[in-house]
Amino acid sequence: MRFADAARPELADPSSRRTRRQAATRARARQAEATAGLPDWERLREAGAAIRDRTLRDLGAHLEALEASVTEEGGRVHWARDAAEARRIISRLLPGDTEAGLVRSDVTDEIGLEGGNAGPHTRAAVVGARFLVAETGTLVVTDPGESLTFPGTVVVVAGIEDTVPTWSDLEVLLQLLPRSEAGRRMHPAVSTRTGDLQLVLLDNGRTRALADETGRAALRCIHCSACRDVCPVYERTGARPYGPGRAGPIGAVLTPQLGGVEASLGASLPFASTLCGACADVCPVKIDIPGLLVHLRGEVVESRRRRPVPTPELLLMRGLAWSMGDERRYEQTLVRRARWAGLLARDGRIRRLPGLLGKWTDARDLPVPPRQSFRAWWRRRP
Amino acid sequence: MRIAVFITCWGDALFPGTGKAMVRLLERLGHEVTFEPAQTCCGQMHWTTGYRPEAISLARRFAEVFRDHELIVTPSASCAATVRTAYPRMDPALAGLRVYELTELLVDILGVTDVGASYPHRVTYHPTCHSVRALGLGDRPLRLLRAVRGLELAGLPAADECCGFGGAFAIKNADTSVAMVADKIAHIHETGADIVCATDDSCLAHIGGALSRLRSGVRAVHIAEILASEEGAGERAAAGTGGVPGRIAERMTRRVRRSEAR
Ligand code: SF4
Repeated sequence: MRFADAARPELADPSSRRTRRQAATRARARQAEATAGLPDWERLREAGAAIRDRTLRDLGAHLEALEASVTEEGGRVHWARDAAEARRIISRLLPGDTEAGLVRSDVTDEIGLEGGNAGPHTRAAVVGARFLVAETGTLVVTDPGESLTFPGTVVVVAGIEDTVPTWSDLEVLLQLLPRSEAGRRMHPAVSTRTGDLQLVLLDNGRTRALADETGRAALRCIHCSACRDVCPVYERTGARPYGPGRAGPIGAVLTPQLGGVEASLGASLPFASTLCGACADVCPVKIDIPGLLVHLRGEVVESRRRRPVPTPELLLMRGLAWSMGDERRYEQTLVRRARWAGLLARDGRIRRLPGLLGKWTDARDLPVPPRQSFRAWWRRRP
Repeated sequence: MRIAVFITCWGDALFPGTGKAMVRLLERLGHEVTFEPAQTCCGQMHWTTGYRPEAISLARRFAEVFRDHELIVTPSASCAATVRTAYPRMDPALAGLRVYELTELLVDILGVTDVGASYPHRVTYHPTCHSVRALGLGDRPLRLLRAVRGLELAGLPAADECCGFGGAFAIKNADTSVAMVADKIAHIHETGADIVCATDDSCLAHIGGALSRLRSGVRAVHIAEILASEEGAGERAAAGTGGVPGRIAERMTRRVRRSEAR
């Protein structure tokens, strides 16, 4: 479904809007406080972005290193091309009626895993990884992590980009993450486990996203959800209109990147933003989310241009570009537009426009364009 | 100084008053203003909506038209931001055009904060996203507004939250866009201001369009109009008519006032 259609019922729910508004206000204040107290915050962000870029540039090599370390420690790496394959692997690793606890993460959500916490009776755990340190084959979670210490099977799920080359890289990311995520200086608990891991590494469109040099930066994401907390669109619509993937600004980037821009959700998500830039301001690894959204909008439009019948929007935008390509044509357009506007106006305002632009006048008036444009005034000036 | 104005396509067509006010203001401050008649649009709308080739050819055209100008000013933070931040992405050869947003030009380049304006109203200022985040205008517009005679400045709660315009967003996600402006308007009403001003006529068309539909009574006015306003402009214009009999002078004063108010 298109974002705009899915958003409508959410907008009509005042109580969840109020809840989100309050949560957003709190999260914004917390974040601002946690980062303002850190004079080196900007430098730390730069360092985090550089680490993530370096990792993504050579991801193949880091993944090989990760696999080697995990294997050396008695574990195994399973490669999953998509969500269905990941689920198949996991059910193979958890035989029969094994009751497994779940430590959720964005990736466990992505492949559609559900379940409760690992309790005292569970014999296995599925753990969504926060990071994986390639040099030692170590799983890192930012949860109390009881499930990491018990002797049963631990199945770890992660995206291929959740790899961190070294412990010193991890140290930087662990300074960024809690400040952005919870407005805290440190995570109350960071747990690690090395050895005996069944590690499921998920691609699910990521190698395709990596191949796009501009789009690649989105995979820097360290899942802090700060962008979502500050997003004025998310605040109004909540998570549902973003579909089954990640919600908020980074979801609007990643879902079309991973799943393509042809389907209606993927084609509408890049436009589900005002490009206000609040997300880029807070992102701890400096992802230029508005820039990536504009990049993806270009992909959407390019895919539409290939259709045999042009969309009304394409015709409108082409027509505008044509008229703006020459000042005489442009002025004729201005004159013609002013004449039409004069016909549509009532009491000095336009309350109803036809076609695509009717979406504007559904709730907003438009001023009547004055009969004299700026350029006409300038010409007649003494 | 010699300053070229970029009026923007939106301003040329819908809000020529803003461009006229900007010209009036800069001339009052003793500068020479030029207008390149070949200018049309910077390409922002095409660029942010995903129409890359169209945007790039408009950008090239813009660079060609303004090639020989040292100093370019525009009454739009988002158009200035497009030239300065999006152009280099479209084509590295398009980097380096010196386009300033009006308040930025006044404070940073011309070094004035008191422009001699008078505007006896209670006003609140909405910092548009591009003015805050893309250009980093900070408190420059507020410093200019504080120096305006008679202007009572009311702080806007949650000021740096987006108004919901967002170009194509206003149409493609009209419902969410309107939900956002509804909250913005609630904050504007909290201030008790009669006027909301900003550096971008695009956002102001959205905010003002909703205010108008709601018959709120609060008006959206571009900051250039405020900075260009002078004390008793109406009376002075009439006084300048010298020996014209009283009634005609009075009628002219009224007419001037009416056009000022527009
Ligand atoms: S995009 Fe940046 S701000 Fe958003 S979740 Fe990822 S790391 Fe956090």
